[in-house]
Amino acid sequence: MQTEVFLAGFGGQGVMFAGQVLSYAAMDAGKEVTWIPSYGPEMRGGTANCTVVIADEEIGSPLVQNPPAAIIMNLPSLDKYESMVKPGGVLIVNSSMVDRDVARNDITWVSVPCNDIAEEAGDKRMANIVATGALLALLPVLSLDDIEAALNAHMPGRHKNLLPKNVDALKRGAEYAKQHVHKAQ
Amino acid sequence: MAREMWKGNEAIAEAAVRAGLEAYFGYPITPQNEVLEYLSHRMPELGRAFVQAESEPAVINMVYGAACTGARVMTSSSSPGISLMQEGLSYIAGTEVPMVLVNVMRGGPGLGNIAPSQGDYNQICKGGGHGDYHPIVLAPASIQEAVDLMPVAFELAHKYLNICTILIDGSIGQMMEPIQLPEMQPVVRKEYGWAVSGAKGRERHILTSIYLDVPTEEKTNLRLLGRWREAQANEIRYKEYFLDDAEYVVIGFGTAGRIALSAVRAARAQGHKVGLFRPISVNPFPYKRVEELCKQAKSFLVVEMNTGQMLKDVQAAVRNRIPMRFYGRLGGVMPFPDEFIQEIQEMIKNPGKPDDDPADLWYQRMMAR
Repeated sequence: MQTEVFLAGFGGQGVMFAGQVLSYAAMDAGKEVTWIPSYGPEMRGGTANCTVVIADEEIGSPLVQNPPAAIIMNLPSLDKYESMVKPGGVLIVNSSMVDRDVARNDITWVSVPCNDIAEEAGDKRMANIVATGALLALLPVLSLDDIEAALNAHMPGRHKNLLPKNVDALKRGAEYAKQHVHKAQ
Repeated sequence: MAREMWKGNEAIAEAAVRAGLEAYFGYPITPQNEVLEYLSHRMPELGRAFVQAESEPAVINMVYGAACTGARVMTSSSSPGISLMQEGLSYIAGTEVPMVLVNVMRGGPGLGNIAPSQGDYNQICKGGGHGDYHPIVLAPASIQEAVDLMPVAFELAHKYLNICTILIDGSIGQMMEPIQLPEMQPVVRKEYGWAVSGAKGRERHILTSIYLDVPTEEKTNLRLLGRWREAQANEIRYKEYFLDDAEYVVIGFGTAGRIALSAVRAARAQGHKVGLFRPISVNPFPYKRVEELCKQAKSFLVVEMNTGQMLKDVQAAVRNRIPMRFYGRLGGVMPFPDEFIQEIQEMIKNPGKPDDDPADLWYQRMMAR
């Protein structure tokens, strides 16, 4: 079994970190995992993306042409990558930064106001964690408990006080996604 | 020991430290900067030498000097930086002193770009600098493999008094994977019969690469060749996947090799008897094993992120016994498994003839897209 997750957004929205949280959780759950960032000139221009591959066996390519899951945090990334998601796949869009719906009906998608939900949970910088919760509600590759354990184990000590807020953000994202999902037709 | 997530460049740096690295010299270049950055604090912390030099030629000459003392020394760079080091590398080879070089390849030629490439295969494997020498080159395909090969690289460099290069590309340098790091080895400084480590109370050791007396230079070349032949006989490394019943074999090293693993698994799922051969020592190259595989395979597919540089080594082993196909992406483009899957399907549909020129046919296909 192998699952790939693609994450994209502006620099500063935490897409790289969200990918790493998934990776740590996958590792701690005993899985093989790769995390590969875009490190080219495009990241200097403000957008960032990374791909996480989670598998039960030795991972071949760390990149895939059509990932079955994606988190898109801003409009330029949605315009660029919407068509890339594999038919039947899952797409999470941060509607706080994207003012249109997903145009496809062959994928399961949900628009989540990640920034607003993060702010309700206590810190708008947790938009990436809200999106991660939304993804895992629709793609059960890891559980929310796995993510909580990974945050607890790998967050730097000085940030440990933020753990309860992050767990709350994660759950709120998952809950919102379950209620607003558009299933693939 | 528990697995930890590490970025490739940093993992390689820590693995070198744990293998007893005593002195590192470097100069920044993307996509290998994290090696330098990591060692800039890690080495002083352990009381070991770290120097960020003023240029790559300065780096390699510092490495040269430190290598002459018998210490475990290393530098790392990326393609254009490696080119700048070639004169010094040739002097190191000619002086018969050990060093480890890490090349995190990027798109080229020229300044190129910072994307993953395998365009330096010829330069790294076939010498690069002037003169008749053969560096040992290991091409890991994952961070764990790179980490496991770091102590091996130092051992081989010292055993064969040669340059041992770890050849990876920007994708392995930049990605993160869970790994198990090896235990910390103590720094061991042996009294080598050749090292210039202080001559008090013993005969002086002279290390040089200048032999104005021509017959002595020929003898030196033969001595280098003798050690190289030993390396060829003893240091072949590779990894095989699904080869037991394979009728078709994909051959690729490093990142192209691991991408091919995804493609081979997909082709297996479609019922095709396909296997993967991934050379790890690309110099010395596993010619014999490739030759053996000709007996079971109907056809080979060679995949690279260059114009077919390793293909020439595969062809030297195959010698037109079976048909071959080549697929390469260039200039920093990382192929997707889908591209290799398509190539595998095409190969099975039409294996071609043994005397077809795979590089020529690939070029025609590329130009027709």
